[in-house]
Amino acid sequence: MSNAAFILNGAAFEGAVTVTEAGLRGMITLRGDLGSEAMEKAVKASVGVALPKQRKIKSGKRGAVAWMSPDELLLLVDYDQADMLVAKMKSILAEEHHLVVNVSDARSMFTLSGAGAREVLAKGAPVDLSHSVFGKGAIRRSRIGQIAAAFWTLDGEELEVVCFRSVGAFMYDWLSTAAAKGSLPEYL
Amino acid sequence: MLILKCPYCGVSAEETEFTPGGEAHLTRYTSGSEDQAFTDYLFARKNPRGVHFERWRHVFGCGKWFHTARCTATLEVFGTYTGQTSTPPDNIIAVIKAKRPEWEGFK
Repeated sequence: MSNAAFILNGAAFEGAVTVTEAGLRGMITLRGDLGSEAMEKAVKASVGVALPKQRKIKSGKRGAVAWMSPDELLLLVDYDQADMLVAKMKSILAEEHHLVVNVSDARSMFTLSGAGAREVLAKGAPVDLSHSVFGKGAIRRSRIGQIAAAFWTLDGEELEVVCFRSVGAFMYDWLSTAAAKGSLPEYL
Repeated sequence: MLILKCPYCGVSAEETEFTPGGEAHLTRYTSGSEDQAFTDYLFARKNPRGVHFERWRHVFGCGKWFHTARCTATLEVFGTYTGQTSTPPDNIIAVIKAKRPEWEGFK
Protein backbone atom coordinates (compact mmCIF):
# COMPACT_ATOMS: atom_id res chain seq x y z
CA MET A 1 0.00 0.00 0.00
CA SER A 2 1.16 3.48 -0.76
CA ASN A 3 1.08 6.08 1.97
CA ALA A 4 -1.99 8.25 2.28
CA ALA A 5 -1.30 11.68 0.86
CA PHE A 6 -3.34 14.78 0.60
CA ILE A 7 -3.85 16.51 -2.62
CA LEU A 8 -1.69 19.64 -2.29
CA ASN A 9 0.64 18.53 0.52
CA GLY A 10 -0.69 21.14 2.87
CA ALA A 11 -0.25 24.13 0.59
CA ALA A 12 -1.04 27.52 2.08
CA PHE A 13 -1.83 30.83 0.45
CA GLU A 14 -1.29 34.11 2.29
CA GLY A 15 -3.49 36.76 0.80
CA ALA A 16 -6.23 38.90 2.22
CA VAL A 17 -6.96 35.83 4.31
CA THR A 18 -4.99 32.61 4.73
CA VAL A 19 -6.13 29.57 2.76
CA THR A 20 -4.63 26.33 4.03
CA GLU A 21 -5.13 22.78 2.95
CA ALA A 22 -6.14 21.15 6.19
CA GLY A 23 -4.42 17.84 5.60
CA LEU A 24 -5.58 14.32 6.28
CA ARG A 25 -8.81 14.21 8.18
CA GLY A 26 -10.92 11.20 8.93
CA MET A 27 -14.43 11.60 7.55
CA ILE A 28 -17.25 9.14 7.95
CA THR A 29 -20.61 9.35 6.24
CA LEU A 30 -23.35 7.99 8.45
CA ARG A 31 -26.86 7.57 7.14
CA GLY A 32 -29.96 6.24 8.79
CA ASP A 33 -32.79 7.29 11.08
CA LEU A 34 -31.34 10.22 13.03
CA GLY A 35 -34.09 9.91 15.60
CA SER A 36 -33.19 6.40 16.66
CA GLU A 37 -31.49 5.49 19.93
CA ALA A 38 -28.87 3.34 18.24
CA MET A 39 -27.84 6.25 16.05
CA GLU A 40 -27.43 8.49 19.07
CA LYS A 41 -25.43 5.76 20.75
CA ALA A 42 -23.20 5.19 17.71
CA VAL A 43 -22.31 8.89 17.45
CA LYS A 44 -21.73 9.17 21.20
CA ALA A 45 -19.47 6.13 21.13
CA SER A 46 -17.36 7.36 18.23
CA VAL A 47 -17.12 11.12 18.63
CA GLY A 48 -18.45 11.61 22.13
CA VAL A 49 -21.04 14.29 21.37
CA ALA A 50 -24.81 14.29 21.00
CA LEU A 51 -26.51 14.53 17.60
CA PRO A 52 -26.40 18.03 16.10
CA LYS A 53 -29.58 19.91 15.30
CA GLN A 54 -30.57 20.85 11.74
CA ARG A 55 -27.69 22.63 9.91
CA LYS A 56 -25.43 22.51 12.95
CA ILE A 57 -22.06 21.00 13.71
CA LYS A 58 -21.00 19.86 17.17
CA SER A 59 -17.48 19.22 18.25
CA GLY A 60 -15.92 17.34 21.11
CA LYS A 61 -12.49 16.17 22.13
CA ARG A 62 -12.48 13.25 19.72
CA GLY A 63 -13.88 15.01 16.69
CA ALA A 64 -17.00 16.64 15.34
CA VAL A 65 -20.32 15.60 13.94
CA ALA A 66 -22.18 17.61 11.30
CA TRP A 67 -25.79 17.55 10.12
CA MET A 68 -25.81 16.97 6.36
CA SER A 69 -29.46 16.15 5.61
CA PRO A 70 -32.45 14.75 7.55
CA ASP A 71 -30.93 11.27 7.30
CA GLU A 72 -27.22 11.92 6.99
CA LEU A 73 -24.37 12.94 9.28
CA LEU A 74 -20.72 13.61 8.61
CA LEU A 75 -18.30 12.59 11.34
CA LEU A 76 -14.92 14.30 11.48
CA VAL A 77 -12.38 12.21 13.31
CA ASP A 78 -8.67 11.41 13.36
CA TYR A 79 -7.57 9.95 10.04
CA ASP A 80 -6.10 6.84 11.63
CA GLN A 81 -9.21 6.18 13.68
CA ALA A 82 -11.75 6.23 10.85
CA ASP A 83 -11.70 2.54 9.90
CA MET A 84 -11.87 1.43 13.50
CA LEU A 85 -14.81 3.75 14.20
CA VAL A 86 -16.68 2.55 11.10
CA ALA A 87 -16.45 -1.01 12.38
CA LYS A 88 -17.54 0.08 15.84
CA MET A 89 -20.58 1.95 14.56
CA LYS A 90 -21.52 -0.90 12.25
CA SER A 91 -21.79 -3.21 15.23
CA ILE A 92 -23.86 -0.70 17.22
CA LEU A 93 -26.21 -0.13 14.27
CA ALA A 94 -26.35 -3.79 13.21
CA GLU A 95 -30.07 -4.09 13.97
CA GLU A 96 -30.98 -1.01 11.96
CA HIS A 97 -31.17 0.09 8.35
CA HIS A 98 -28.05 2.23 8.04
CA LEU A 99 -24.96 3.10 6.04
CA VAL A 100 -21.51 3.86 7.43
CA VAL A 101 -18.61 4.56 5.08
CA ASN A 102 -15.13 5.90 5.55
CA VAL A 103 -14.93 8.68 2.97
CA SER A 104 -11.69 10.26 4.24
CA ASP A 105 -9.81 9.71 1.00
CA ALA A 106 -12.67 11.01 -1.14
CA ARG A 107 -12.53 14.51 0.29
CA SER A 108 -10.29 17.55 0.53
CA MET A 109 -10.49 20.03 3.32
CA PHE A 110 -9.41 23.67 3.55
CA THR A 111 -9.42 26.29 6.26
CA LEU A 112 -9.92 30.02 5.77
CA SER A 113 -8.59 32.16 8.56
CA GLY A 114 -8.46 35.92 8.90
CA ALA A 115 -10.90 38.75 9.30
CA GLY A 116 -12.23 38.56 5.75
CA ALA A 117 -12.79 34.80 5.57
CA ARG A 118 -16.54 35.21 5.23
CA GLU A 119 -16.14 37.78 2.47
CA VAL A 120 -13.92 35.42 0.50
CA LEU A 121 -16.41 32.59 0.69
CA ALA A 122 -19.32 34.89 -0.07
CA LYS A 123 -17.79 35.66 -3.47
CA GLY A 124 -18.76 32.22 -4.68
CA ALA A 125 -21.40 30.78 -2.38
CA PRO A 126 -25.05 31.89 -2.63
CA VAL A 127 -25.35 31.92 1.15
CA ASP A 128 -25.89 34.57 3.80
CA LEU A 129 -22.63 34.34 5.74
CA SER A 130 -23.23 37.17 8.21
CA HIS A 131 -22.41 36.40 11.84
CA SER A 132 -26.05 36.61 12.87
CA VAL A 133 -27.18 33.95 10.38
CA PHE A 134 -24.07 31.82 10.02
CA GLY A 135 -22.71 31.83 13.55
CA LYS A 136 -20.82 29.43 15.77
CA GLY A 137 -21.51 25.81 14.97
CA ALA A 138 -23.34 26.48 11.70
CA ILE A 139 -22.84 24.26 8.68
CA ARG A 140 -24.12 24.73 5.18
CA ARG A 141 -23.96 22.51 2.13
CA SER A 142 -23.95 24.59 -0.99
CA ARG A 143 -21.71 25.42 -3.89
CA ILE A 144 -18.54 27.48 -4.17
CA GLY A 145 -18.13 28.69 -7.71
CA GLN A 146 -19.49 25.75 -9.66
CA ILE A 147 -18.53 22.97 -7.29
CA ALA A 148 -20.37 21.35 -4.43
CA ALA A 149 -18.94 22.02 -1.00
CA ALA A 150 -19.85 22.10 2.65
CA PHE A 151 -18.50 24.72 4.98
CA TRP A 152 -18.84 25.45 8.65
CA THR A 153 -17.42 27.45 11.49
CA LEU A 154 -16.85 25.98 14.92
CA ASP A 155 -15.58 29.08 16.70
CA GLY A 156 -17.41 31.67 14.64
CA GLU A 157 -14.22 32.98 13.01
CA GLU A 158 -12.25 30.34 11.16
CA LEU A 159 -14.11 28.70 8.28
CA GLU A 160 -13.55 25.14 7.18
CA VAL A 161 -14.45 23.97 3.70
CA VAL A 162 -14.77 20.41 2.50
CA CYS A 163 -15.21 19.28 -1.10
CA PHE A 164 -14.61 16.23 -3.25
CA ARG A 165 -10.95 15.35 -3.60
CA SER A 166 -11.26 15.25 -7.40
CA VAL A 167 -11.91 19.01 -7.40
CA GLY A 168 -9.64 19.80 -4.44
CA ALA A 169 -6.93 21.48 -6.50
CA PHE A 170 -9.55 23.60 -8.26
CA MET A 171 -11.04 24.57 -4.92
CA TYR A 172 -7.64 25.66 -3.63
CA ASP A 173 -7.04 27.75 -6.76
CA TRP A 174 -10.50 29.23 -6.53
CA LEU A 175 -10.15 30.15 -2.86
CA SER A 176 -6.66 31.59 -3.42
CA THR A 177 -7.91 33.76 -6.26
CA ALA A 178 -10.87 34.91 -4.20
CA ALA A 179 -8.48 35.72 -1.35
CA ALA A 180 -6.13 37.85 -3.45
CA LYS A 181 -4.54 40.77 -1.62
CA GLY A 182 -6.54 43.97 -1.84
CA SER A 183 -9.64 42.24 -3.14
CA LEU A 184 -11.75 42.60 -0.02
CA PRO A 185 -13.95 45.56 0.92
CA GLU A 186 -12.19 48.25 2.96
CA TYR A 187 -14.62 48.31 5.86
CA LEU A 188 -13.12 45.07 7.18
CA MET B 1 -34.34 34.29 -9.91
CA LEU B 2 -36.36 31.98 -7.69
CA ILE B 3 -35.75 31.72 -3.97
CA LEU B 4 -36.91 28.34 -2.76
CA LYS B 5 -37.12 27.03 0.76
CA CYS B 6 -35.97 23.45 1.03
CA PRO B 7 -38.50 21.69 3.29
CA TYR B 8 -35.80 19.25 4.42
CA CYS B 9 -32.95 21.65 5.25
CA GLY B 10 -35.26 24.48 6.21
CA VAL B 11 -32.98 26.82 4.30
CA SER B 12 -34.00 29.46 1.78
CA ALA B 13 -31.64 29.39 -1.15
CA GLU B 14 -31.57 30.73 -4.66
CA GLU B 15 -32.29 28.57 -7.65
CA THR B 16 -28.69 27.80 -8.67
CA GLU B 17 -28.46 25.58 -5.62
CA PHE B 18 -31.36 23.49 -6.92
CA THR B 19 -32.10 21.57 -10.07
CA PRO B 20 -35.55 21.51 -11.69
CA GLY B 21 -37.37 18.22 -12.14
CA GLY B 22 -40.32 19.22 -14.29
CA GLU B 23 -44.03 18.98 -13.65
CA ALA B 24 -45.12 17.51 -10.33
CA HIS B 25 -47.83 15.04 -9.37
CA LEU B 26 -47.79 13.00 -12.59
CA THR B 27 -49.69 9.76 -12.66
CA ARG B 28 -47.25 7.14 -13.89
CA TYR B 29 -49.25 5.06 -16.36
CA THR B 30 -47.49 1.82 -17.09
CA SER B 31 -48.02 -1.49 -18.86
CA GLY B 32 -51.66 -2.44 -19.10
CA SER B 33 -52.89 1.15 -19.30
CA GLU B 34 -54.59 2.83 -22.26
CA ASP B 35 -52.21 3.84 -25.06
CA GLN B 36 -53.41 7.44 -24.91
CA ALA B 37 -52.88 7.69 -21.16
CA PHE B 38 -49.40 6.23 -21.48
CA THR B 39 -48.50 8.58 -24.34
CA ASP B 40 -49.76 11.57 -22.38
CA TYR B 41 -47.80 10.53 -19.32
CA LEU B 42 -44.62 10.14 -21.38
CA PHE B 43 -44.84 13.22 -23.58
CA ALA B 44 -47.57 15.67 -22.64
CA ARG B 45 -46.74 18.25 -19.97
CA LYS B 46 -48.74 21.15 -18.66
CA ASN B 47 -47.33 24.55 -19.56
CA PRO B 48 -49.63 26.96 -17.77
CA ARG B 49 -49.32 30.71 -17.55
CA GLY B 50 -49.84 31.15 -13.85
CA VAL B 51 -50.00 28.63 -11.03
CA HIS B 52 -47.79 25.61 -11.60
CA PHE B 53 -46.57 22.70 -9.49
CA GLU B 54 -43.03 21.48 -10.01
CA ARG B 55 -40.48 19.06 -8.63
CA TRP B 56 -37.12 20.43 -7.54
CA ARG B 57 -34.05 18.83 -6.07
CA HIS B 58 -31.73 20.46 -3.56
CA VAL B 59 -28.76 19.19 -5.52
CA PHE B 60 -25.98 21.24 -3.89
CA GLY B 61 -27.50 20.84 -0.45
CA CYS B 62 -29.19 17.88 1.19
CA GLY B 63 -29.90 16.19 -2.15
CA LYS B 64 -33.60 15.70 -1.46
CA TRP B 65 -36.46 16.02 -3.94
CA PHE B 66 -39.38 18.25 -2.98
CA HIS B 67 -42.34 20.05 -4.53
CA THR B 68 -42.80 23.71 -5.32
CA ALA B 69 -45.93 25.71 -6.13
CA ARG B 70 -45.13 28.85 -8.07
CA CYS B 71 -46.43 31.28 -10.66
CA THR B 72 -44.81 30.95 -14.07
CA ALA B 73 -45.74 34.50 -15.05
CA THR B 74 -44.44 36.40 -12.01
CA LEU B 75 -42.01 33.81 -10.57
CA GLU B 76 -43.77 34.21 -7.22
CA VAL B 77 -43.23 31.13 -5.07
CA PHE B 78 -46.37 30.17 -3.16
CA GLY B 79 -44.65 27.51 -1.12
CA THR B 80 -42.60 24.34 -1.06
CA TYR B 81 -43.63 21.06 0.45
CA THR B 82 -42.53 17.48 0.96
CA GLY B 83 -41.81 15.16 -1.95
CA GLN B 84 -43.78 12.36 -0.28
CA THR B 85 -47.21 13.41 -1.49
CA SER B 86 -49.22 12.88 -4.67
CA THR B 87 -51.36 16.02 -4.34
CA PRO B 88 -50.59 19.52 -3.06
CA PRO B 89 -51.33 19.88 0.67
CA ASP B 90 -54.26 22.01 1.85
CA ASN B 91 -52.11 24.80 3.30
CA ILE B 92 -50.41 25.36 -0.06
CA ILE B 93 -53.76 25.35 -1.86
CA ALA B 94 -55.06 27.90 0.66
CA VAL B 95 -52.08 30.20 0.06
CA ILE B 96 -52.58 30.06 -3.71
CA LYS B 97 -56.36 30.64 -3.43
CA ALA B 98 -55.71 33.69 -1.25
CA LYS B 99 -53.26 35.16 -3.74
CA ARG B 100 -54.93 34.03 -6.97
CA PRO B 101 -58.73 34.01 -6.36
CA GLU B 102 -59.35 33.30 -10.06
CA TRP B 103 -57.26 30.11 -10.00
CA GLU B 104 -59.37 27.09 -10.95
CA GLY B 105 -57.72 24.72 -8.48
CA PHE B 106 -55.39 21.74 -8.73
CA LYS B 107 -56.40 19.18 -11.37
